[in-house]
Amino acid sequence: MSTSSLSEDGRTGKAGPAFDFGVASGRRGASTLALAAAGLLVGGIALALYWAPEDADQGFSQKIFYLHVPVALTAYASFAWAAWKAFRLLSTRDSRYDLESYTAVHMGVIFGLLTLVTGSIWAKISWGHWWSWGERQLVLFLIVFLFYSAYFMLRYSTEPGPRRERNSAVYALFGVALIPVSFLAVRIAGTILHPTVFTHEGANLPWEMFLAFCVCLAGMLSLAGSLYLAELAGKRADVALRDLRELLA
Amino acid sequence: MTYASDVAALARKDLLLELRSRDTLPAMLLFVVSALVVFHFALPAEESERAETGLLWIAIVFTALLGLTRAFAAERDQGLLDGLVLAPCDRSAIWLAKCISVVAFLVVAEAVALPSFALFFGPVGWELVVAVALADIGIAAVGTLLSAVAAASRARELVLPLLFLPLAIPIVIGGVGASLAGNPASFLGFLALYDTIFAILSWASFEYVVTE
Repeated sequence: MSTSSLSEDGRTGKAGPAFDFGVASGRRGASTLALAAAGLLVGGIALALYWAPEDADQGFSQKIFYLHVPVALTAYASFAWAAWKAFRLLSTRDSRYDLESYTAVHMGVIFGLLTLVTGSIWAKISWGHWWSWGERQLVLFLIVFLFYSAYFMLRYSTEPGPRRERNSAVYALFGVALIPVSFLAVRIAGTILHPTVFTHEGANLPWEMFLAFCVCLAGMLSLAGSLYLAELAGKRADVALRDLRELLA
Repeated sequence: MTYASDVAALARKDLLLELRSRDTLPAMLLFVVSALVVFHFALPAEESERAETGLLWIAIVFTALLGLTRAFAAERDQGLLDGLVLAPCDRSAIWLAKCISVVAFLVVAEAVALPSFALFFGPVGWELVVAVALADIGIAAVGTLLSAVAAASRARELVLPLLFLPLAIPIVIGGVGASLAGNPASFLGFLALYDTIFAILSWASFEYVVTE
């Protein structure tokens, strides 16, 4: 994942001078990544629109696939990254992982909302309804989205401190357990309670489509990575500013 | 003191406390019966079995929620949790003991809810009883941990349902499926899987939630 390799250099210099905060290095990484994201996304969308063959069944409307699925996978990657940082927080008790985990959840929720919106648009075009309970991936996403939205409620209503860091981390870890469990739940519910009306054209994509999809996915992951680094730098600057104020007061 | 005797002592404390104060259990019983009565009026006259079963599960989840918001009330109000954390026992024993007492409350509530359901709506099959028993374990495992998480926040009663309900969706899917689908075994198996995964996860992470 490009997010995982790049956020290493976005991490604050833990032993560095007290007023560096890693903001500068975070900004550098973020802008490089943002450029890559812009290039890849423009290229990927161009490939998807002009080069990849049109879908036999759905025609032009299938093109949203190149946006919807990469956004969804990016959201999952962000949640997995958040859980990994949460795990690091619990195992090392190092509180700098708290902001990283929080920022990753933040990115995941933004991309999750985009997934719901693009999925909804696709559903409207394909079946004429904005929402379909028969579309398992979308239902799964709604559950996950609700779960992570509650993460913010938890964070905002708890006093800052080690207790909040650990509670948020435990909750973020529950998320990665909930995703496969809900996937299974929606799947077995789909077989019996709601008949499946639609299957994704997953495995048997023509290679042109697959290549365009991969470029879009790489672009979306870099976009998430750059947003993550920029947001992290901003949040760190906030924390540093608060610490400075307290020092002066 | 072994781990088991720690758990037994702590669970006994919770059950005894409830037996003497009667804070939570009567409220849960009254709530679940009232909810079933409300559902009767909320359903159309020719209600289907599917809708009734679904509503029973909603009643169970919300009744559990009612009990869970009170699960750490005594600990919080009296500052008891600090004492428990200082006690020379494994922290996960606190979680396990609390789970046992929550399961006990739920079983009592359902011992009232299921016969009332049979009386008001229709027959209760064995799958439903097994599914409810499995769901109790999952609800208690996840709910106890989240109750401790929510106890640290300012808006406890508000936050707990928000944290708990997304995690309860798979339980509802499994429970409704077990009582309605042709092959209840796969849904019961799913509920058992849910219980296992989340019980292990909650058991392992409880320590991080209560220590300062």
